[in-house]
Amino acid sequence: MSSEEARHLFFQTHMATKSCMSSQVSVDEQKKRENIRSLTMSGHVGFESLPDQLVNRSIQQGFCFNILCVGETGIGKSTLIDTLFNTNFEDHESSHFCPHVRLKAQTYELQESNVRLKLTIVNTVGFGDQINKEESYQPIVDYIDAQFEAYLQEELKIKRSLFNYHDSRVHACLYFISPTGHSLKTLDLLAMKSLDSKVNIIPVIAKADAISKTELQKFKIKLMSELVSNGVQIYQFPTDDETVAKINASMNGHLPFAVVGSMDEVKVGNKLVKARQYPWGIVQVENENHCDFVKLREMLICTNMEDLREQTHTRHYELYRRCKLEEMGFSDVGPENKPLSLQETYEAKRHQIYGERQRKEEEMKQMFVQRVKEKEAILKEAERELQAKFEHLKRVHQEERMKLEEKRRLLEEEIISFSKKKATSEIYQNQTFMGSNLKKDKDRKNSNFM
Amino acid sequence: MDPPRQCPSPSSSRPISPRTPSCETLGYVGIEAVLDQMKIKAMKMGFEFNIMVVGQSGLGKSTMVNTLFKSKIWKSTPSGLALGPIPQTLQLHSVTHVIEEKGVKLKLTVTDTPGFGDQINNDKCWDPILGYINGQYEQYLQEEILITRQRHIPDTRVHCCVYFVAPTGHSLRPLDIEFLQRLCRTVNVVPVIARADSLTMEEREDFRRRIQHNLRTHSIDVYPQECFDEDINDKILNCKIRERIPFAVVGADREHVVNGRCVLGRKTKWGIVEVENMKHCEFPLLRDLLIRSHLQDLKDITHNVHYENYRVGRLNESHMLPRGPGWVTLDPAPANSPALPGPSKVCRWAQDTPSEEY
Repeated sequence: MSSEEARHLFFQTHMATKSCMSSQVSVDEQKKRENIRSLTMSGHVGFESLPDQLVNRSIQQGFCFNILCVGETGIGKSTLIDTLFNTNFEDHESSHFCPHVRLKAQTYELQESNVRLKLTIVNTVGFGDQINKEESYQPIVDYIDAQFEAYLQEELKIKRSLFNYHDSRVHACLYFISPTGHSLKTLDLLAMKSLDSKVNIIPVIAKADAISKTELQKFKIKLMSELVSNGVQIYQFPTDDETVAKINASMNGHLPFAVVGSMDEVKVGNKLVKARQYPWGIVQVENENHCDFVKLREMLICTNMEDLREQTHTRHYELYRRCKLEEMGFSDVGPENKPLSLQETYEAKRHQIYGERQRKEEEMKQMFVQRVKEKEAILKEAERELQAKFEHLKRVHQEERMKLEEKRRLLEEEIISFSKKKATSEIYQNQTFMGSNLKKDKDRKNSNFM
Repeated sequence: MDPPRQCPSPSSSRPISPRTPSCETLGYVGIEAVLDQMKIKAMKMGFEFNIMVVGQSGLGKSTMVNTLFKSKIWKSTPSGLALGPIPQTLQLHSVTHVIEEKGVKLKLTVTDTPGFGDQINNDKCWDPILGYINGQYEQYLQEEILITRQRHIPDTRVHCCVYFVAPTGHSLRPLDIEFLQRLCRTVNVVPVIARADSLTMEEREDFRRRIQHNLRTHSIDVYPQECFDEDINDKILNCKIRERIPFAVVGADREHVVNGRCVLGRKTKWGIVEVENMKHCEFPLLRDLLIRSHLQDLKDITHNVHYENYRVGRLNESHMLPRGPGWVTLDPAPANSPALPGPSKVCRWAQDTPSEEY
């Protein structure tokens, strides 16, 4: 898959230049390039309220944050999210018998003081449950790509409304690793490798209360070395801004975070804390000695949410966009190295596709006309045949009729002659009868006389 | 694969869609820390603001810009001295400065238009200005449609155009009306009455009423535009501003001592006109509008409405070009933008004919 490799290559170059790209090119250099001079003002102008104006606008619009949770069924994804955001998101336990991996996304609106957050949680249902896991991580990759695609389509529209657009691109991916204590599973490795250039991956060790402290340390080191040796780029907290550099750097050393999630409250001392109660002790979720939950919440939400969103937009999305457009045949530099514009390429493609369509239409029209002609010929042929038959039948009929006429005439003549004969024979008979009668009478008479 | 549910934009409607359950957090999570993160990022990146001043010469444009930003952005042309011949055609001068206040860096670009309305025949004197504004949109568009584009596209689009009206005291002149009509469709226009110290208070009010009437008659939609008021608070605030548009301003960059204080003002034989005194002129209102309260809004409207309008026009236009074999060459962006629809909020387009999709 050369496109995959290409994508990895792009990503690597970006990672390499990340540190110098994200830190603002020093203002002096920029100014020298652009011949801008700094002015000092002689009084108070008042634009220090600019960041506040920006923030007010964002408050009005609301924020969007999308988290993707990848992990086996029953590893504690939903519970951890509930604990992170301190809310009981409604969710049912999923079954272990799904034939394919499905992604389920749900959106919630949270509000804290005057900040409205539209939070989308995407869960993988059935991950790692199948017997054959070859197709397990493809649906996840497809989902992430689909979100990028939707944003790209919106951006390329003629009449677009980007500021109104509900951003569904995945900002952070929490990858849950089972607390085996040994090493990464093959499925985990493959999945993370295919996701690292598309989304910010934050690996967490789930159900960390199953591992002891010493085992945990070894496990973390093993995991990190495996990730590094396999070239998986997980999300590094940014260390270029002085205000958060120190804390981020120290947190980077604690990756992956070993977390425990629980919404149940247990009385410890005289306070109610979130914890899991065992016969041998109580694991407190928010106790830093017990697990890294507080660190995760701190890093994910309080310190780096904005950076996660920015990385998704400026790095992962741009990478996707570039690959997609290049795939479609666009490029910034055309033949003879003259800079092409996307516009011209659209136009040319459009023209090409239009021409093809015309051609196809012509072809189909021709074919249609041809067929019609053929059909007409056949029909005409059939008509002619019918006509011939009809004529033939007519003639036969005519002949029959004439014959019959002939016969009738003969018959009538015979009848006439017969009736004549009959008449003459009757007369003759009558005559003879009359004569015989007369003769008889005469004879009688005569006999009488005698 | 279930697609994520589509949610309505929070800025347009207040009630939350029933499909997006609203959950109350049971305790502190820390979401509002994202505001601080945003502020830090914004301050690191710095802000950009591009302003254009248009008006006939001698109305005090350069002085006004200097007063607004309290620094010598321009060397104001001293009155009475003809520095060379009056330019025969309209030229555009741009100058860029970086100013900083309390850690906030602002890259300010001011574009001046000497020669506007100064010729005998001022027909089509707005063409170079419209051409320049559209040129900036074109530049941004070209950057945006690159395959490999920059992380942060430099924004040189004109965010606000301050139009200086001569203080005749009567009403708007034909040149003003022509220009404003054309310009308000492409950029945010803020008209001001220049050199207002030549009008008394009553004359000012009359002039203002008449100008407002003129603007309404010719349906010139100046900033803040009514159609973009999002909620009731915005409406109230903007109504107050609209009452006072155009502001009667006086510019000054010299300081004088009044009652022991050092103020910016113009010294005349009959008194000192204080620039920052609300009783004397309305310069503070202009300054607050442009800088302290509506700067981000100006940029937003430029980006979301005017730039999008331009983009739609441009992309549609290229489909109307005659097609030739092979590559199609795009016409260079015309100096006069074709009659674009008036400023229409982007989300209203959903009601128009279905969008032409790429």
